[in-house]
Order: sequence, then C-alpha cells, then structure tokens
Amino acid sequence: MLHNLFIGELAERLAKRQISSVELTRHFLSRIERLNPALNAFITLTAQRALEDAAAADARLGKGEKGPLLGIPLIHKDIFCTSGVKTSCGSRMLDNFVAPYDATVVARLKGAGTVMLGKSNMDEFAMGSSNETSYYGPVKNPWDISKVPGGSSGGSAAATAARLAPVATGTDTGGSIRQPAALTGVTGLKPTYGRVSRYGMIAFASSLDQAGVFARSAGDAAAVLQAMAGFDPRDSTSVDVPVPDYSKDLGKPLKGLKIGLLREFFDGLEPRNAALIEEALNIYTGLGAETREVSLPHLPLSVPTYYVVAPAECSSNLSRFDGVRFGYRCKEPKDLLDLYKRSRGEGFGAEVKRRIMTGTYVLSAGYFDAYYLKAQKARRMITDDFRAAFEKVDLVIGPTTPTPAFDIGAKMNDPVLMYLNDIYTIGANLAGLPGVSVPCGFVDGLPMGLQLIGPHFAEAKLLNAAHQYQQATDWHKHAPRGYE
Amino acid sequence: MSLTRQDVEKIAHLARLSITEQEMPVYVSSLSSIVNFVDELSRADTGGVQPMAHPLDGQHQRLRADEVSESDHHEKYQRNAPAVAAGLYVVPRVIE
Repeated sequence: MLHNLFIGELAERLAKRQISSVELTRHFLSRIERLNPALNAFITLTAQRALEDAAAADARLGKGEKGPLLGIPLIHKDIFCTSGVKTSCGSRMLDNFVAPYDATVVARLKGAGTVMLGKSNMDEFAMGSSNETSYYGPVKNPWDISKVPGGSSGGSAAATAARLAPVATGTDTGGSIRQPAALTGVTGLKPTYGRVSRYGMIAFASSLDQAGVFARSAGDAAAVLQAMAGFDPRDSTSVDVPVPDYSKDLGKPLKGLKIGLLREFFDGLEPRNAALIEEALNIYTGLGAETREVSLPHLPLSVPTYYVVAPAECSSNLSRFDGVRFGYRCKEPKDLLDLYKRSRGEGFGAEVKRRIMTGTYVLSAGYFDAYYLKAQKARRMITDDFRAAFEKVDLVIGPTTPTPAFDIGAKMNDPVLMYLNDIYTIGANLAGLPGVSVPCGFVDGLPMGLQLIGPHFAEAKLLNAAHQYQQATDWHKHAPRGYE
Repeated sequence: MSLTRQDVEKIAHLARLSITEQEMPVYVSSLSSIVNFVDELSRADTGGVQPMAHPLDGQHQRLRADEVSESDHHEKYQRNAPAVAAGLYVVPRVIE
C-alpha cells in the first residue's frame, strides 16, 4: 500500500509518472478522514489547498523536473506559521490567528514541492510531554488510544505512526520530537541548535528551540532535513555553516565507529527497557562499531536546569501576547491592565500559565542569581560533560524515554512527575546537540526508542548510524494495528 | 521552599495574568513543588563556572547594513488585531 512506502520509493513512482501527486494526496486525505477522528492528530486540515499544491507538483513533474520531495505530502506542526492558514500553536490565545507569512521551514519545504495536508495538534505553545495541554484536546496514541502519544509534537508523531502522511515537521525544546517519536514508534530527528531556521516558528525557549522531522526511516528524515537546513538571515541565531549531503553517507559501514554508552542513562533503567538497549548495542557491535562507557556526571542536573531556563525564556517570549496586536482579547476590559491580565489569564491554559509564572519567579528581583544564573552555570557544566565525552567517542547512545507511553491523565496533576519524563532528552537541548530517536522494540506492546546524540553538526553521522541500524532491524517497519 | 498565596498573587501580577479563585490553590501547590524541585540546583558546586547563554561557542549577534529590507505590511498584519481604527491599535483609555 502507498502509505507504507518510504519517500524514496514514492519519489521514484512520482518521477516515473506511475502515480500522480494528486492521487497520492487523495490517498492520504482519505486515510485522515477515516482514521483521524479516533486520534485527534490535527488542528486544521488543508485538503483543498493540498490538492492544488499536488496539481502544481504534478505540473512540475510533467515538465521533467526531479526532486526527492517533489509531490510528497506532509504535515506541519501547528507551531509553524503558514501564510493564510490558521496557526494556533495549540492555544486558545491563537485560535483566531491566521499567519500573514510562511515560516522559513514551511517556505523551503514548499519550494521543494511538498504538499501540506494540514497542521498537527500539539501541546499548547509546545509546553508539555503528553499532548494533553492542547486547547484542542489530547492526541491519542495509535498503538493504544488510551495512551498519550508524547509531546509536545504529539500530533505529528501520531499521524506519522498511523501512516496519515509519510513525514511531518516538529520542534524540540526539551525532547518534543524525540520523546513522541519513541512513544509512537517512528524516527524523530532534532538537529543542532541553529541548523534549521526558527523564523516563523512560534517561540517557546529561544536558546533551546529547534525544528526537526518525523519520518518512518532515517533515510526519509535525511531527505527532509536536506530541504529544511541552512543559513537564514531572518533568524539571528541561524548558523552559517555549509549543509552537507545528508543522504550521501547513509550507506557508509560503521566499522570503527566509537559509540559511548551513557552510564547515567542506564542507572535505574527499567530492566525490559535496558534489555532493548543492550540488544541494540549488540546490533551495533555486529556492524563493526566499538562501544565503551562514558559518563556525564552533571546530567542529573539537566531537568532542574531546564525547568529554570525554559520557563524563564518562555515568560519573556510569551509577553508578546497582550490582547492588543493579535490573538485573544477578553470581553469588556475595564482598563488596560484588566485587558492584559484577563486576555492572558483566559487565553492561556493551565500549564502555560504555570510556566510563565515559574519563569517570572526565577527572573524576579532577589531570585535571579539563585535560580537563573545558577542554572546557566549548570548548563555549561552539562555541556562540558558532553564535550569531554565526544573527545573519546563519535556518538553517545541510550534510551529516549524512561517508560513506554503512559495513560492519558496519569501525570496531569503532577507537573514534576511529567517533567521527569524528559530526563534523557533535555541534555541535548541544553548543549545544543543533534539527537535522533529510532524504534528499537516493544514493552507491553508499546514501542520504545533508542536515542543517539552526536557533537554539533554531526547530523550526517547520526543519520548514518540510525540508517545502518534500520538496515539490520525491522522495528521501524512495524505499524500499529488498524493502521497497516 | 513553599510559596504563599501572596507570593503567587505577586508573580501573577508581574506576569500580567488573572488567576481565578478556583485556580489559585492549585498554583500555590504546583508552583511550590516546582520551586522545590529546581532547588536541587542549589546543591551543585558552580564555583568559577561562567554562565552559558548560548549553546554554540563563538556565536555573536550578527549585524547587517542599515538598509530597508521590508516593505510596509501593517494592513495585512492588523487583520489579526482585535480592534483597529485608522491604522492604529485600539485599547481602553489610558489617560483620563
């Protein structure tokens, strides 16, 4: 079936005119119509526009134009501005917001000939690890609809796992691509900080936010990253470093690759989860890689560090939502202060308000040194640990999450318990490193992820290692029942 | 460390957030547990460590030539505004 094909196979059929982009788009739209009501993976569907984009891609293909993404359908996380299309960021605050321009990620993927099927559901302003904080309701995990898909990019992950699109975009501030990818059994790539432009991507924590991709294979992720990555003068932290060919080295043998096992990631790891990681390590050893233990002694500080730095940046970024220039405005404000307070109090959900207040507190007079400055120092210590590890090994490896997908509602009343779910993913964000999660087996019938983290700009090496693993295993080919 | 209701009221005011009576006890308790949790940092020895504000070393804020690079989009942008008159954003009277 078409929806089980990888992008390379779809591109080949499109190029040979065995199928048109319009037919492919209709195929996915009809799957979305049939299967999405149980998942709630979308905030906005753009079916009409998708068919127009597909017809335009067919015209380009008809002229003999070629491209790895030309005519390929995809989904954008609703955090990316899409010109003329509602861009809600999962919030009541932006329920009425129609973006006046395209994010750079959206513009580049459009230029490459992709077809946008719709905008995916997400935790409100990307703040959450379960997709339960969305104003539009939780997304369900296609492997078991009583479970969360992870977050914040839960809609993109669930839709990719359910084969509602071949690929989807996401963003990762503390694990929001890798964690939902792990919990839904797909491949999720978070590039190096600054590798992909943040222009038009609604800001949460600007020193951590990075755009990336969900796909069903590392090879597909490489093709999408190729189109997304690169310098953008419109993002002041975009990095002007040449973009390599991410697909060129996918087939490179792993002989001699040095992989570091993160000792801290294995301490206290649930035995069945640990067994899957051990099994993955054996695969890598069989492929010629050398493994050795490495330690990141300050990693236990990463969750508290993150939950100071990220809320601080969020409280500053979200001050732009004032009920004046765009977004939600309360009814009958009695004065300007009342307008600000009630527009924000009514427009933001509980978790977003909690983070804004946490951030306001840690930045307030008398607490700045004890919390914010202290966290920025801890951040350097964690980053230095990674740097020391990468002097000894090429990549580090460990689990993506402590457990498989949990029940909807299980952690909503305990924010700290929810935050600890990000324990293995946050380190890469604090240090700005690229990371990828690939499916590595099942616990209780639910998928688990193997995480690879590399030095800055080592995306090609990560994708090579992930691709080689996927050549030796078939975990990434499993589909949830009912979505095959 | 526990936050009091007065602490949370002050933070909410600084953040320009209205908090309902019903929400207030939930925030007092959950913000206290978050602050307790991040207090773990106080045990870390960070003596002599330079605070890190950017994940990539050697990155500096870029400057560009002072040339016009954008055209005027105010009409388009103001379509998303809750209240506009004569090209201006409308808010409740500030000065009597």
